Amino acid sequence: MPVALRQPGWYRALATSLLGVAFCLGLTTLIRSLMGWDPLIEWSAIATVSMIGVPFFFLAGLGAFDYWFYWMSGRPTRAEDHSTHGAHSWRDYFKVNTDHKVIGVQYVCTTFIFMFIGGLMAMLIRAELAAPGSQFVDGQDYNSLFSVHASLLIFLFIVPVFAGLANYVLPLMIGAPDMAFPRLNALSFWLLPIAGTLMVSSFLMPGGAFASGWTAYAPLSTSQPLGQLCFTLGVQFAGASSIATALNFLVTIITMRAPGMSFWRMPLLVWANFATSLLVVIATPFIAASQFFVLLDRTLGFHFFDTAIGAGREGNVIMYQHVFWFYSHPAVYIMMLPGFGIVSEIVSVKSRKPIFGYRMMAFSLLAIVLLGFTVWAHHMFVSGMQDWIRVPMMVTTAIIAVPTGIKIFSWLATLWRGVLHLDTPMLFSLGFLTMFTLGGISGVMLAMVPFDIHVSDTYFIVAHIHYVLFGGSLFTIFAGVYYWFPKMTGRMYNEKLGKIHFWATFVFFNLTFGPMHVVGIQGMPRRVADYAAQYSELNLAISVASFMLGISTLVFLYNMVNSWRNGPKAEANPYKALTLEWQVSSPPPIFNFDNIPTVVGGPYEYGVPGAVHGIFDKPSPQPAAAVASSSHEPA
Amino acid sequence: MSSRDVTKADVVRMLVIGAVASAAGIAIGLSINWFPTAAATQAGPIDTFFDIMIFLSVPVFVLVTTIVLFAVIRFRVRPGEEDLDGPPVHGNTRIEIVWTAIPAIVLSLLCVYAATVLSDIDAAKADQLKITTYAQQFAWSYEYTGTDGKKFMTDQMFVPCRPTTAKQDEGAPCDGRQLSLDIKAVDVIHSFWIPEMRMKQDAVPGITTHTKINPNRIGTYPVVCAELCGVGHSAMRSTIHVVTPAQYTAWLKLNSKAKTG
Repeated sequence: MPVALRQPGWYRALATSLLGVAFCLGLTTLIRSLMGWDPLIEWSAIATVSMIGVPFFFLAGLGAFDYWFYWMSGRPTRAEDHSTHGAHSWRDYFKVNTDHKVIGVQYVCTTFIFMFIGGLMAMLIRAELAAPGSQFVDGQDYNSLFSVHASLLIFLFIVPVFAGLANYVLPLMIGAPDMAFPRLNALSFWLLPIAGTLMVSSFLMPGGAFASGWTAYAPLSTSQPLGQLCFTLGVQFAGASSIATALNFLVTIITMRAPGMSFWRMPLLVWANFATSLLVVIATPFIAASQFFVLLDRTLGFHFFDTAIGAGREGNVIMYQHVFWFYSHPAVYIMMLPGFGIVSEIVSVKSRKPIFGYRMMAFSLLAIVLLGFTVWAHHMFVSGMQDWIRVPMMVTTAIIAVPTGIKIFSWLATLWRGVLHLDTPMLFSLGFLTMFTLGGISGVMLAMVPFDIHVSDTYFIVAHIHYVLFGGSLFTIFAGVYYWFPKMTGRMYNEKLGKIHFWATFVFFNLTFGPMHVVGIQGMPRRVADYAAQYSELNLAISVASFMLGISTLVFLYNMVNSWRNGPKAEANPYKALTLEWQVSSPPPIFNFDNIPTVVGGPYEYGVPGAVHGIFDKPSPQPAAAVASSSHEPA
Repeated sequence: MSSRDVTKADVVRMLVIGAVASAAGIAIGLSINWFPTAAATQAGPIDTFFDIMIFLSVPVFVLVTTIVLFAVIRFRVRPGEEDLDGPPVHGNTRIEIVWTAIPAIVLSLLCVYAATVLSDIDAAKADQLKITTYAQQFAWSYEYTGTDGKKFMTDQMFVPCRPTTAKQDEGAPCDGRQLSLDIKAVDVIHSFWIPEMRMKQDAVPGITTHTKINPNRIGTYPVVCAELCGVGHSAMRSTIHVVTPAQYTAWLKLNSKAKTG
């Protein structure tokens, strides 16, 4: 066998994937012949089994399981082998790598690719909606576009990009050499391209891509063409990735903090990811279950959601929504709490002040985790569930605004009398503060049952979710990417382009999503390819603004790519921040710290005379240049 | 440092600017023509409730924005301050209690108000007209009991409403029987919505859902499917005709004969 096929990598992955297809084809055909089903070769069955099986063959070929297989086979122990740790050339970013910094970059780049694909779909959606009637796409294709758009941006962008940013900075922040389970970390990442490829490739399926929305309500989803399975199974892979990463974060945070790094000395980004990981580990299995129900109904004739009258089938359609939202409401916080962490870091550093009310900031995160599990049915006020539950769910939903309010007010108090450095990360953080407030306000409005009855499933919902996930989450993601760009790439981004990006995004974001509140209340339902003529003027304005918003992201893309290649070299600590990730070179040494630091104080003691967060064993830190030159050698 | 000190005059100025901005925001918020024409009694309390929420929300947004803008203008780094740090304030228990308690109280009161509005719009009236609504991909149909006591199906919804003024045509205010709708879905989930009447209820396969509407304006209004139901979702529309009792009786008679005769 050629060496290329024996070594882990893309050649072997291709070979094992082909093997996987053959295996799934054989297995399906064997079972069908044993059961005596006709026809023997059923392509949709083979495709279904392949979508489940081939990814594992691919991962095995790529090398995600090599080390575990080695140990499982009872072979002799071998010395620490760091050959798959750290990136020595760009090629290493395309391999199974155990370095959390490489994985962090892999995550962020991959997820942004899916953001651009999903964003492009948004452009097509707005092109279709620029005028009433049917212009570019028919009903099914339109339904596919918004379904894949939402699924990509939720499951392949916002949820994992936060995991990617945290992957990079969290171990550095707590003074750890890596994540607790580096190989699991690598596997978590490689599940993502699989999930994303499944979802994007659903456009190639007979019958088109999945078209039942990112919510995939049964029984619509159980009666859709094959493309639906790309969602059903894509979510499983993305969900498994999410759960594994969350476990990794929890164990890393609990067990791998540097000496002296007590919970009350952890940066709030670490707290935020601790809270998020709790949510992920508890909630994500529920969406997995909901999608397994759909899979079983659709492929094996189960009757979870089959209510065929007279056939004695007692399926329960509303049950899907309960199980789905028991994950998908906490998922809103999974997509927001890490952003809270990012904003806390930036607002404190850029205001040159300690974060206001540090402990309340941490407690409010935990309060959101707890309350986040008690509000799911506010998505179901008109679903036909029992009436009495509506008011309790309204109350819990309103109350969850209290810990969120505490956070907003504490950030404002942190700004107060600070020395504000208004660079791009800070601008996006301040933009987040104002825009997320609007998203929170419309969220409280939606919690109110009588109002929700009217606006449920309208463009008011579309406006709200984009104020929360774009004005909220994406603003914090942009803030975080700019903020840690010097640390991750060793280069400075272009400040001027960053500011242009911010202002263009801020203005066109509001022009795009602001008017959607109005058309929603006026009576335009969501998820429609066509609409009544009375909404045409506002929709045209929304579409024009959305195209400008789309163009604004190209400024970001250019800035990132160009700065990464040609930007000026970054110092170790360009912002004079106290947290540990800034106390090492940019990018950090391969094992993060040549000496594990000892933490002696809080992370945000700006303005406190003589305050120190972490100390390193050596009396004087190495010059940045010396550290940088040794950064690619094992410590 | 002096430029960072906040004087009483600054606070007064912020309060004035905030009050003016709030007033302007509320005025704009209330002047926007948010809702479609109101054609049911349910619209009254819901629309008023929304106005109250505008009234409460605008000051919250203005508060956050004012502080952010004031901070940006007054506290931004100036030449020579590159190495300056802010005052090391870590917190203030009293103010933290205040900004926990006040939102909690306001939100609780809002919930109480919402609950009363909900019971208001859900209240059953003695005189009800029962109609069974069927939703299927991609059409609505309605089952009535005809003048001869037999049931018939129609794809247009007609409901009687007695004009309360001399005006009898489109737009006339009226008072009539409460519609009591039993809603059923034949295939997938749909959602029955009349934007002009504000009420919405999913149609769910396997169960019968209910909603009550009190029409109070003569006219025709669209019935919209609000839950994604497949390829024809955006075309799944029907019409509700709110007509005088005489017109309704005539329509009912005509249909009873046509459908059963």
